[in-house]
Amino acid sequence: MGGFSVAVWRIEVRRLLRNRRTMIIAIAMPVIFFLTFGLNSSYATTAIGRGNVSAFVMISMALYGAVYATASRGATVSIERASGWSRQLRVTPLTPAAYISIKMLTALVLGAGSVVAVYVTGALTHKASMPLYLWIVTALCAWIGSLLFAALGLFMGYMLPAENVMQVIGLVLTVCSFLGGLFIPLSQFPIALQRVAAFTPLWGLNQLVHYPLVQGTLEWEWVLNLLVWLALLVAGAIWRFRRDTARV
Amino acid sequence: MSVTLPPAVDLRAVHKAFGQVQAVRGVDLTIRSGEVLAFLGPNGAGKTSTIDLILGLSDPTAGEVDVYGMTPRHAVAKGLVSAVMQQGGLLKDITVAETVTYIANLFSETRPVDEVLERAGIASIADRMVEKCSGGEQQRLRFAMALLPDPELLILDEPTQGMDVAGRRDFWHAIRDDAARGRTVVFATHYLEEADAYADRIVLISHGRIVADGTPAEVKGLASGRTIRATLPGAQEASLRTMPGVDGVEVRGDTVLIHSSDTDAVARRLLNETAARDLEITARGLEEAFIALTGDDGPGSSPESSVAARRAAPSGAGDAP
Repeated sequence: MGGFSVAVWRIEVRRLLRNRRTMIIAIAMPVIFFLTFGLNSSYATTAIGRGNVSAFVMISMALYGAVYATASRGATVSIERASGWSRQLRVTPLTPAAYISIKMLTALVLGAGSVVAVYVTGALTHKASMPLYLWIVTALCAWIGSLLFAALGLFMGYMLPAENVMQVIGLVLTVCSFLGGLFIPLSQFPIALQRVAAFTPLWGLNQLVHYPLVQGTLEWEWVLNLLVWLALLVAGAIWRFRRDTARV
Repeated sequence: MSVTLPPAVDLRAVHKAFGQVQAVRGVDLTIRSGEVLAFLGPNGAGKTSTIDLILGLSDPTAGEVDVYGMTPRHAVAKGLVSAVMQQGGLLKDITVAETVTYIANLFSETRPVDEVLERAGIASIADRMVEKCSGGEQQRLRFAMALLPDPELLILDEPTQGMDVAGRRDFWHAIRDDAARGRTVVFATHYLEEADAYADRIVLISHGRIVADGTPAEVKGLASGRTIRATLPGAQEASLRTMPGVDGVEVRGDTVLIHSSDTDAVARRLLNETAARDLEITARGLEEAFIALTGDDGPGSSPESSVAARRAAPSGAGDAP
């Protein structure tokens, strides 16, 4: 299996749960954003697709929380590099693909925390409305989709030193979230900016995650955007892992 | 059948450059199964670079590296070779037992976790967080990790750096017990006593080259001879140098230092034919051998080794002016 192991994943999850600070940020932040933007009475109950705007914002914030969670978890490899752990791993049969998989699956655990927290908040505040099956489908889509940013976090974690990787991730994530349409609907952007936005990594994923709610036509560009970015980021992470044998 | 077994490690004309820096400059070395070999050399000599090549952590710029007749990466993946890394290489936020379990699960087949913890002497601290372990305990943890695949070849890179005397002794005790079972052990060190006490073969590395290779006794013998120190006002360096058996001369004011392979003869002539007095004759230890063989200020020498060489110059490298 190239070193892929459930026991290793379990230890990684335990490490994750021991790191309270990251967990609190990844769960609290999207919840606060939802409470701020998702309940505004001037638009929250406006109908959109099969639900309302509050549900739309809830999906956006769950996705934001999930990608923040997975990216920041992925970025912890920079600490492992700094401590020489990745060098140690290179003298085992562990393959890059197995390691990246373990890391991405661990990041998903934190991503699940973000999604569940936002959806529970959405349910408790009674503004968000859509059919029950859409709660489940959109939550799953946001959660699984956040794998994309686990790869981005890993890639950045291998590229950047531990001291400033989180700042860079925070910045990249904010820009990607705006251009992906997570905070402001893209239709409110100038046309030129909308064109650029279509090439950024959250654009396709965000449209796809909202599709079950919004309906309309499913654009193939969304899928293409997501797949290309996923391939690029996973390949980038694997490439850096292979090269990462530098001494500390 | 065992006669045809490939050597543990076979390096042929290996070079490794990092940009302009030549870390390894033409190393030929065969390590046989069962040897306990020390890479001895000052910091920056190329020890870790050579170990990285054997472990497949880096590829040689030129030359070939075989480990048990296969590529280093292949040998690592098969669990034939494992390593105790220098500093670092541990996760702080998991326990000792979790660390070993983690690594154990990356291999398809390993010794039981409890067994390697026991053999490394850290079974009693299995549930301790790694960040709470002392330097010596962390090093024994690295040793436990390296024992997991039950490797034929165990590589230790500066294993006792930063350990106190007791920790160092305990660590070597564990390694020696282990080597007694027939495992091939290669360790890098800049502690002469360690190489002398624990290796049965010393490979002395300086500026990326092997400058000596043999048993501890042979390596010491390479820089054999003794040093005469005497008071001799107005000593002529050139004339002293012409005496039979003199390898090196240094004049410092009224004091002369003469390095010689036959100090008795030189001493006799000094006393009979010159005004020399206050003669002292001292033997050279491994430390002098080390300095004599590695102590030049050639390219690529680290600041530390240059300092060591300069400090050592009086005791006389064979090629000293």
